[in-house]
Amino acid sequence: MKDKLLFGAGLMAALYLVRNLYVILVDLPDEAQQGAIYRIFFFHLPPYFTAVVMFLGALIASIQYLRTKDFKYDCFAVSAIEVGLAFAAMNLVTGSIWGRQQWGIWWTWDARLTSALITWLIYAGYLMLRQAIPEPTQRAKNAAVLAIFAFTAVYFTYKANEWYRTQHPGPVLTFRTGKETIDRSMQNMLFHNTGAFLLLASVMVAHRMRLERNQREVESLRRFVHAH
Amino acid sequence: MMLFLRQAWTIAAKDLRSELRTKESLNAAFAFAVTILLLFSFAVDVDPDRIKEISGGLLWMVFAFAGALIFNRAFARDLANDCLDALLASPIPGAALFLGKTIASFTLVLAIEMLCYPVFGLLYNISWANHFWTLAGVTVLATWAMAVIGTMFSTLCVNLSLREIMLPLLVYPVLIPALMGAMLLTTQLISGQPISSDNQIWLRVLAAFDIIFTSLALLLVETVLVG
Repeated sequence: MKDKLLFGAGLMAALYLVRNLYVILVDLPDEAQQGAIYRIFFFHLPPYFTAVVMFLGALIASIQYLRTKDFKYDCFAVSAIEVGLAFAAMNLVTGSIWGRQQWGIWWTWDARLTSALITWLIYAGYLMLRQAIPEPTQRAKNAAVLAIFAFTAVYFTYKANEWYRTQHPGPVLTFRTGKETIDRSMQNMLFHNTGAFLLLASVMVAHRMRLERNQREVESLRRFVHAH
Repeated sequence: MMLFLRQAWTIAAKDLRSELRTKESLNAAFAFAVTILLLFSFAVDVDPDRIKEISGGLLWMVFAFAGALIFNRAFARDLANDCLDALLASPIPGAALFLGKTIASFTLVLAIEMLCYPVFGLLYNISWANHFWTLAGVTVLATWAMAVIGTMFSTLCVNLSLREIMLPLLVYPVLIPALMGAMLLTTQLISGQPISSDNQIWLRVLAAFDIIFTSLALLLVETVLVG
């Protein structure tokens, strides 16, 4: 039953993405200043939002783990961070491609870009720390503490282009700017793609959580065998 | 509160005393720092103006590397003879233990830095003390940031076999905002200019970094140490 549910959700995410892709490529017109390349933005901001949701979920789960010591929260935190890292990587790569086309360079060390990269590195460090600790309780505890520290970088990235003058473009969505700086149909498309990525990410997290649970079971079986 | 600070001070004094008696990480960190400073003279053109432009970056890279050696020892020092377990069993809160160790690491790294500035000035023929007190302020703020993050993360890594590698891997990315600020401000101060209004924001970044991470660490360290 659960398998079918997951499969169904995955299928829906795939169909949603295909539908979005059709609208992006066929229905929406080119942007007035950038031409066709602006379309990559639909694969830049939505993955970022998805990654932020994943990291926020991991933060909450980590706090919950420290309060309750229930391994299901640890399981969720590691799954969300792994999936979030993939989406954050997508955000960095698409941004870099856009930068090459618009600015003529792949990378610049402005506050937004730098802090996004730092965030990625810190969460990659989270996964490395987990690998380095063999004992499950200690691993979960230390990882949870690191996840709480790591989230400060997410917040810093979000605020970076308000606090600094950055080469990275400023906010465009109406809820950030408070006025109509972006065409309605384009903004709607951003939300649609965010929805599709979030659905995809949830399916991936569910799969990853199952792997984590299986892995824990294997570990406990191994300990059981060693003990007898 | 007074009791808390006194407990932290007891731990700091203990760590500093044992470090001054053995000088195991102090000697290593200082020798390491001087070696890197020396190596840089082969890596870059030793023209005083050029060196001034990269002074902040060069110095803080050296401090960060040397600092990692000291932070590695912060908790590992007490691993022998189960001293750490005894400390945890003693009637001192984890936060006081952490604060004491942070103060000790901070003092040690600061000592290395105070030795490195003159060595740097000597090797590269630079008068670095034009804005001595402002530079000292920046150094103290950034070193505290390093000490808090370094000591906190060394609690996460203390039991790992890969401790020496994991610690820098976790510490440096988190430290980047503080290091960036310190590098920028140090470069400006060593070049003989006061801090420009454009760069005032970095002072605030340093102060905010110190406050946020010190409180976060004090809040969380008990769960890491005791569980």
